[in-house]
Amino acid sequence: MARLARLADSRLLIPVRLLGLTALAFVAVGIFLLLFGKNPLAAYRAIFAGAFGSTYGLSEVVVRAIPLMLCAAATAIPARIGLLNVGGEGQLHAGAMAATWGALTLGFLPRAALLPGLVALGLLGGAAAALVPAVLRWAAGVNETISTLLLNYVIVLLVEYVVRGPWKDPLSYNWPFTPEFSDSARLGLYWGTRIHAGLWFALVAIALFYFVLRRTRWGYEVRVIGDNPEAAVRAGIPLGRYILLTMCAGGALAGLAGMAEVCAIQSRLRPGISTGFGYTGFLVSWLALHHPLGIVAMAVLLGVLSVGGDQVQISLGLPYATVNIIMALIFFVVLGSRFRAARTA
Amino acid sequence: MYLRLDGITKSFPGVLANCGINLEVDRGEIHALLGENGAGKSTLMKVLYGFYQPDAGTISVDGARLDLRSPSDAIRAGIGMVFQSFMLIPAFSVVENIALALPRLGVVPDTADIRERVRQYGARYGLTVDPDAKVWQLSVGEQQRVEIIKLLVSGARILILDEPTSVLAPHEIRGLFEILQTLRRDGYTILFITHKLKEVMAIADRITVLRKGSVVGTLSRDKATEQDLAYMLLGERELRTDTFSRRGRADGARPVLELESVSVPGERGRCGLAGVSLSLHGGEILGVAGVTGNGQTELGEAILGLRRAAHGRILLDGVDVSHATTARMLEAGVACIPEDPLRMGVAPGLTIAENMILTERRRFMPRGGLFTDWRAIRRAIEERIENFGLTIPRLTVPVGTLSGGNVQRLLLLRELSRRPKLLVTFYPTRGLDVAATRMAHELLMMARNGGAAILLISEDLDELLDLSDRLVVFSRGAIVGAFRPGEIDTVDIGLLMTGAKRHEWHDSPASPIPAS
Repeated sequence: MARLARLADSRLLIPVRLLGLTALAFVAVGIFLLLFGKNPLAAYRAIFAGAFGSTYGLSEVVVRAIPLMLCAAATAIPARIGLLNVGGEGQLHAGAMAATWGALTLGFLPRAALLPGLVALGLLGGAAAALVPAVLRWAAGVNETISTLLLNYVIVLLVEYVVRGPWKDPLSYNWPFTPEFSDSARLGLYWGTRIHAGLWFALVAIALFYFVLRRTRWGYEVRVIGDNPEAAVRAGIPLGRYILLTMCAGGALAGLAGMAEVCAIQSRLRPGISTGFGYTGFLVSWLALHHPLGIVAMAVLLGVLSVGGDQVQISLGLPYATVNIIMALIFFVVLGSRFRAARTA
Repeated sequence: MYLRLDGITKSFPGVLANCGINLEVDRGEIHALLGENGAGKSTLMKVLYGFYQPDAGTISVDGARLDLRSPSDAIRAGIGMVFQSFMLIPAFSVVENIALALPRLGVVPDTADIRERVRQYGARYGLTVDPDAKVWQLSVGEQQRVEIIKLLVSGARILILDEPTSVLAPHEIRGLFEILQTLRRDGYTILFITHKLKEVMAIADRITVLRKGSVVGTLSRDKATEQDLAYMLLGERELRTDTFSRRGRADGARPVLELESVSVPGERGRCGLAGVSLSLHGGEILGVAGVTGNGQTELGEAILGLRRAAHGRILLDGVDVSHATTARMLEAGVACIPEDPLRMGVAPGLTIAENMILTERRRFMPRGGLFTDWRAIRRAIEERIENFGLTIPRLTVPVGTLSGGNVQRLLLLRELSRRPKLLVTFYPTRGLDVAATRMAHELLMMARNGGAAILLISEDLDELLDLSDRLVVFSRGAIVGAFRPGEIDTVDIGLLMTGAKRHEWHDSPASPIPAS
């Protein structure tokens, strides 16, 4: 028994445990569906058929995994020094807004000049949105969980304002969106699907995150802070600088997700460019225990659920909320098992 | 036998902490558990307290076998424990803290009743403490008394005390022993964890010696001598007396560290520093005696750049560093052994190797650490560790899995191998066993003879008198006396430390150091 327990704690088995726990959540939702007289197996078949049954479904999984990976990184990087960034949604919108400004005012530039600029603007916009709570935390000790969460509403409302006000498309018959971007501001789409260059951004960002964390002195210092901030300060590690750096790096990646959404998927800024990617990304990061590779895996899993959610609505008449319930239960089960592990350790 | 532990075995990943331990304790006995760090004393007692579940073995009290799955089971069975770090809530009053420990606390706690019981126990056993004082206002000795009252009020008959004397001044230790003797007279059974031979001989009825997770033997006190116990404790290792080769310090040189009437505000009702002046030369150990919480922390943290001085100046090699950052102080050759090594000195989740480079990151991880050769680092550290005669299993295990004593040794090793110009060390041997203490003392002496200036903040007066070239006594954030060892004995220092006596014969508070 003791040996089994040790085995269960070994790092190699973490993915297995996560899979098992995910399965547990599916069973729980199944019972819930049964209570409402729906066949859970049919629902799950619909979800997975939706995601894997067609090239379209598969490609849509990737399309949704892209912002999820970036927003998860936005949570995971600050989480490594013990900060809770719940502001992915706002940072995504800030990045989208900054990129939109670039696309609308510099749209005449050739593609090779404009796109890198838009990427930079997306990064900067997200970073700026994260800088506010970071500075508040560093200078005044304001809890970043609350400030990032509240800032989400502010930034989303700001987007609402600009698309109805100063940036509104004059030809939109009063629809709240900006004019369509010029072709030079569009990110490339691949293979006749909606998969876009944001995929490379996300994978490169995650690889960089992994590399910096494991192979550089900065990553080392981040891990020391995350493990014991007091010892870090006493060893002369500048805690304040790392609060600003990790928050802004995280915010920048969420902003990049926003840039990719407006430049590849929407071609314009409008409300609802994100279906809660910031919040789901937060979930992805926690499910992955803030581990870069885990983030890729969990982003794909939640991508599957989100694409499958559309299918459940169409074929079974179940609400999309079914999928939200599954996500929430996975989250509870995984976090619950972590607390249990921490208690018995 | 009243209390029986039979074949207790407990292992942690990679460590066998207890190996088939048998222990028998009589009712109304003070039973000492003697052993070095990592001998398994604390683990064994945490098993008895239900904090750990043993891999094998049984516990019985009065012939009835106990199945202890948690501390609350133990409390219900009449077993209570005072941990080394107290489990009190500083913002709560004594009564409120004790109410928390009661097994059946009503929705509206009857505080009047608890207050009355605190008074009763206080009067009966000499556990005097103000029931309405907030815990943060109490001295460490008083907090310990609160912990003991907590056990008595919750109905414990078997009291486990984990190194209760390590935080006390000498006269407080005497007070504690009197309390324990009264408790014994009333039939309480006391298990006393320690590694100090003197205390064992002063208080215990019987002594069980542990080494490397096993029982070496159990002796009754009248049949034991300190020599026997030391032999059992250390095994075959050679016993030496403490004599240090002390090379004279460089005279006339400019002091490495000078404090000019430095004041630091205290936090949360604690006293800070009130106009402290001192100077410290290379090749000299300046001892700072004082009860914990009398400004020593603030002193160390001000020097390290972790706290700003409100008034006064701090000079390092004659340069004003009052506003220098911690990183700059470390680079300038200042090192620190903090008061709580595990909490302040290391990142417990990181490996030993990663922790050993914490204060020399730039040297070991140049160019952003892109080309860090961990294998070479591990080899270098292994070499250092061997040179210091330490045995550490693997450098790739997390530091958090090591015993407190081993963490302290690694910290000493890490900081001293930087060859610091100034070493600020807090309680360098707190929690260390006999062998490790001797090693730590030798290391400090070696550093001193090598020219380092050492600020030795300690509560262990024997240590202070043995090692220091000069000695200052702290009370309420100020220096209340300055001596050379030999001019004063431990009892007088103890009285000065606790403010029970003021030192009348130093000339002026602004320059408390006698000219050398």
